[in-house]
Amino acid sequence: MSELQVWWQNLAADVQMWWTDFQDTFYRCFIQDDRWNFLTRGLGNTLLITLFALIIGVALGVVVAIIRSSYDKNAQEMRPGFGKAILSILNSICKVYLTVIRGTPVVVQLLLGVFVFFIFMGDITVACIVFGVNSGAYVAEIVRSGIMSIDNGQFEAGRSLGFNYVQTMRHIILPQAFKNVLPSLANEFIVLIKETSVAGYAGVIDLTKGGEIIRGRTFEAFMPLIAVALIYLALVLFFTYLIGKLERRLRSSER
Amino acid sequence: MNDNVIISARELKKYYNGDAIKALDGVSADITKGEVVVVIGPSGSGKSTFLRCLNLLEIPTDGTILFNGSNITDKNANINMHRQKMGMVFQHFNLFPHMTILKNMTLAPCSLLHKTKEEAEKKALALLQRVGLGDRANAYPSQLSGGQKQRVAIVRALMMEPEVMLFDEPTSALDPEMVGEVLSVMKELAAEGMTMVVVTHEMGFAKEVGSRVLFMDEGKLLEQNTPNELFVNPQHPRLQDFLSKVL
Repeated sequence: MSELQVWWQNLAADVQMWWTDFQDTFYRCFIQDDRWNFLTRGLGNTLLITLFALIIGVALGVVVAIIRSSYDKNAQEMRPGFGKAILSILNSICKVYLTVIRGTPVVVQLLLGVFVFFIFMGDITVACIVFGVNSGAYVAEIVRSGIMSIDNGQFEAGRSLGFNYVQTMRHIILPQAFKNVLPSLANEFIVLIKETSVAGYAGVIDLTKGGEIIRGRTFEAFMPLIAVALIYLALVLFFTYLIGKLERRLRSSER
Repeated sequence: MNDNVIISARELKKYYNGDAIKALDGVSADITKGEVVVVIGPSGSGKSTFLRCLNLLEIPTDGTILFNGSNITDKNANINMHRQKMGMVFQHFNLFPHMTILKNMTLAPCSLLHKTKEEAEKKALALLQRVGLGDRANAYPSQLSGGQKQRVAIVRALMMEPEVMLFDEPTSALDPEMVGEVLSVMKELAAEGMTMVVVTHEMGFAKEVGSRVLFMDEGKLLEQNTPNELFVNPQHPRLQDFLSKVL
């Protein structure tokens, strides 16, 4: 046998062994005892938490952004009175909220939520609330920058037609602000998907925790963790594609 | 008081930084129905501030404004209702860039006057036709020239059927070539008897269309007269000086 043939046969044997090994590991990680269930259930929880956190975060963020920008724009001009007092108080509350949420790690907030503040609630519900409230702080600053970027003339045009403050915000300022900050919001959303991977700290079986459980049972690290990473990547790619489509649709209304 | 007075401003003052900057320093003026009042004066004379005070885009520090007899500077006045009857046209057009021309025009009447969409669109198309933009109803503001934008801004204000139109330097941001098309729309409007208050640097327009011209400087109303008298026979030395430079 020539040297080349020996080399070739060894390689073939190696590949054969690796392949058998791979199949075996794959079987133990995902097929045996229906372990793939950990990943699908985890993925389900990850998506669930992300969805509700997104809804809570955007709702909270928009409200906080409106309060903060209304205060920044109008407080100096406002006549002292009931309205101004209310706005000042709301603004202070929002500032405390932003400071506390942005000044502490999300894992700590999650643990506080599960073990201190919302003991009586289910873990997944608490995770939705905590990630929502956390995301809201970042969304608020994004939306506020969007509102502040709209030319004051737009505001004056709305008011001069007879719209009140809220109507002007709703019909004229927010649609434009939203369009301007969509890329930043999309980024925040993608960060949020991945941030929920710490939910396992609080006992929630999310995608990451699902992979961890498989690792614990099979003593295989590579395959379950790579699988988890690939699923996150696929999720992010899919949502990036969707957001890109939305962005193009909104832009097309301009030219 | 004369029944025909639409807007009556008394001793309007607008101070910034305490009273360090006096943008308006006690201006009183009456605007009568059907009048075209043109406000002229050098930059920083307070003429724009005066105009913007009339619909409370600037809250005057002191003084009162009566609109159709009701005091709109009063804390409890519903300024949104009053503003519906005061159209305003801005130097920088301020069309809503995320809406078509048609939507720009129908938004306010549909949501504030509760007109049906059909009704509002019919009126909008008729108005666009009149200013020569009948074919641009579905365009977006970014697709229009400056002059076209300003014509849309004028008819957008008209959609609310205002009793008075306020113009804040409507031609100052336009190419010289496009000034004419906007002024001719304004002339037409004046000829139909619309009450107008116009802040402008277009002395030709003031002479030709104005029924009264106000001259302001340093936050004060220095002189007011018919255009003929004011331009031909100015009394105040500051006005004489101003006219010698601009005419």
